[in-house]
Amino acid sequence: MATPASVHAHAPQGFIRKYIFSLDHKVIGIQYYFLALSAVFVGMLLSILMRVHMIWPTASLPLLGEIKPETYLALMTMHGTIMVFFVLTTAPQGGFGNYVLPIQIGAPDMAFPVLNMLSFWTTFVAYMVMLAAFFVVGGAPLHGWTGYPPLSAIPSAGPGEGLGADLWITSIAIFCIASLMGALNFITTTLDLRAKGMTMMRMPLTVWSWFITAILGLLAFGVLLSAGILLLMDRNLGTSFYVPTTMVNGVMTWHKGGSPLLWQHLFWFFGHPEVYIAILPGMGVASQVLSTFSRKPIFGYRAMVYAMLSIGFFGFMVWGHHMFMSGMSPYSAFAFSLLTMCIGVPSAIKTFNWLGTMYKGRIRFSTPMLYAIGFVSLFVSGGLSGPFLAQPVLDIQLHDTAFVPAHFHLIMGVAAIFGIFSATYYWFPKMFGRMMNETLGRIHFFITLAGTYAIFMPMHYAGMAGQTRRYSQFTEVAFLQKLIPLNTFITWAAIITVSAQFIFVINLFWSMFKGPKASDNPWESTTLEWTTATPPPHDNFGGVTPVVNHGPYEYGVPGAAKDYVMQTDPPTGTSH
Amino acid sequence: MGLALLVLIWLITLVSTYFFIAKTWWLPAGASAAAGWIDGQFALTFVLMGIVFLAAQLSLGYFAWRYRERPSSPPVSYSHGNTKLEIVWTALTTVLFIGLNLMGSSVWASQRFDAPEAGAVQVEVTGMQFAWYFRYPGPDGKYGKTSFSLMDPSAGGEAAVGLSQTDPAAKDDVVTGTMFLPVNREVDLSLRAVDVIHSFFVPQLRFKQDAVPGLNIHMHFKPTAIGEYEIACAELCGLGHYKMHGMVHVVSQEDFDKWLAAREAEKQ
Repeated sequence: MATPASVHAHAPQGFIRKYIFSLDHKVIGIQYYFLALSAVFVGMLLSILMRVHMIWPTASLPLLGEIKPETYLALMTMHGTIMVFFVLTTAPQGGFGNYVLPIQIGAPDMAFPVLNMLSFWTTFVAYMVMLAAFFVVGGAPLHGWTGYPPLSAIPSAGPGEGLGADLWITSIAIFCIASLMGALNFITTTLDLRAKGMTMMRMPLTVWSWFITAILGLLAFGVLLSAGILLLMDRNLGTSFYVPTTMVNGVMTWHKGGSPLLWQHLFWFFGHPEVYIAILPGMGVASQVLSTFSRKPIFGYRAMVYAMLSIGFFGFMVWGHHMFMSGMSPYSAFAFSLLTMCIGVPSAIKTFNWLGTMYKGRIRFSTPMLYAIGFVSLFVSGGLSGPFLAQPVLDIQLHDTAFVPAHFHLIMGVAAIFGIFSATYYWFPKMFGRMMNETLGRIHFFITLAGTYAIFMPMHYAGMAGQTRRYSQFTEVAFLQKLIPLNTFITWAAIITVSAQFIFVINLFWSMFKGPKASDNPWESTTLEWTTATPPPHDNFGGVTPVVNHGPYEYGVPGAAKDYVMQTDPPTGTSH
Repeated sequence: MGLALLVLIWLITLVSTYFFIAKTWWLPAGASAAAGWIDGQFALTFVLMGIVFLAAQLSLGYFAWRYRERPSSPPVSYSHGNTKLEIVWTALTTVLFIGLNLMGSSVWASQRFDAPEAGAVQVEVTGMQFAWYFRYPGPDGKYGKTSFSLMDPSAGGEAAVGLSQTDPAAKDDVVTGTMFLPVNREVDLSLRAVDVIHSFFVPQLRFKQDAVPGLNIHMHFKPTAIGEYEIACAELCGLGHYKMHGMVHVVSQEDFDKWLAAREAEKQ
């Protein structure tokens, strides 16, 4: 068994070892969090520019001038890529997983602290390489975050498909390596470093969610890494994995015999589990927060664990549902569709259990709880469009229309972001020793929830009416022109919702320095991070090794002195 | 706070549902044989998911308000769940989702696994940045050879798809930039792409299929109403994706024959 405790007998002193090249999982978690925070603002800015261009394609913007259709596609590609990799993969897992998981299982640090530091800095390099794509000749690539070849494989296929596309693929490959290192660390830590008494079935559901996410990451990122290397070879080394004989702009390319569908298979073999990599930690956080603030044990702990395991398991067998219209064998559509529908079952169980947790509780509406309730609402709304898209016959109409971005933005985009918000408001006191402002938190929540629905619900209507995705403007097709008023509404909703995020940032930084001091357990929670000092000492528990006697969500235990029993409280006869 | 949540969640739920039920924006009127099937399956899915949506969102809002903490709140019920209930809703959702899936399958199968009807009109669709070309095999019913070496996209028409000038089967092939189809006759479609992936999408005909370089994809469908329908490319294909637009004219059999004869005459 790894013994990082010996490594951590003395906290490092100098600024660089303490805050920059730190081995402390808590510092690394915060580094990941701020990387994601910067990325999410870049991503949001890109989306606003896109929405503005869609409605006012010839508008001249300050500094940028008029956005061209190819620039729109570059913004779109970078928006998707930055959001998926550097926000939705980075903040929930790298950020909160890193900070909280070791403390929640009673460990002094991650199993491999140096590897942990390496995975953060590798992610940082990937982020820099990605951003660099904006500034090279030709600009960022226009092939979308899914990067389908031949468009992504042939430099002459469009502006940005030269050096910009090479940087884009390289960045993703580096990111894959970082994620593989992180995944190994999470899995080892969870399996090996649990405190005495912390059995698997006593782990908080957050720990389960990070653990399962790490397993998904380990299996999925390796495939994307290989796929990306093959794409780089097709572009630069004369291979033809993905490109058959083609003629681009009237010029024959030298490729022959490759298969564009091969990339789609490899990409979505990663891409679908990636959806769960983004959302599973949110499920964990929602479970933790709903139980804490309903003052009730989580409804169906075991069912929640099995549901997450089966979501992870099925998640690897459904990639073909992104490809019903691709020319893949129509027979395989049956299998992919049926297995996709199967994922609906554990997802529904989770929703029932969240509602069951709130039922007959004593709900406290602190900001983390508002976001957890918002998470459930968005998870339901985004989830229920899944069974439409899972049916090949309905994809004939809905595939590659606005219905699809409506679906995935609600579920893997904003629901996951609500998980991040909930986690931020919930763990902020532990991380920074101060409380966030509740009034600002509530204002931020109500604008964000209403705004999110105002943006993404109308996209379903637009998609049903046939609005094709990835169109930079609606001027060339008559049936799209009719949808411009609806899209104008969406653009205004996006501008307002994005503006409201500054309330969050102000709250975050103001509270970090000026918020009221937090106690060790401000939410009266039960899990191990609330048993230690705020913020926790370098080795998390100040030289003490916690011993666990209870399950993670012992609220409202009959006969107990308080309405909650912490995991380290002495054993009693009544609670689990 | 509980009340504010109840009001917001209910409001969002009811307003969203209103626009679905009022059909303010809805699928365009269908004009093909499959449209009835597809729309029926869509409606069924819509009703079932709509019920779940309303039930889940309304109870979420209600629970938030009903079980808010008050001085008078009773102690919470100390329960870790209910295995019977878990089994019941697992079984119910399994039946719902799998059943829905199986019901839609026959429509998918009929368009893809069965051969097109005898006498189907053959059309080859070629996608390239950023235009669609349509080829009819002519009276001999055979497509002539095409090759990349003869291809010149800037010239348009026959040269754009690289039609052979020497192959006898190519002599009567007609290549156009607008698609004409006879009404109520099955169309046997071949889809090709020369540069990157495109997707042939005609919302009113409830038809979509990617055109992939290196593949020749066969598909069949039957337009059932005379009219003009827009084609919009549905797979990102480059900077002109948004203007990769075309038209399908569905006309009577006589008008189709006349149109095709005129194109043949132009060619001679």
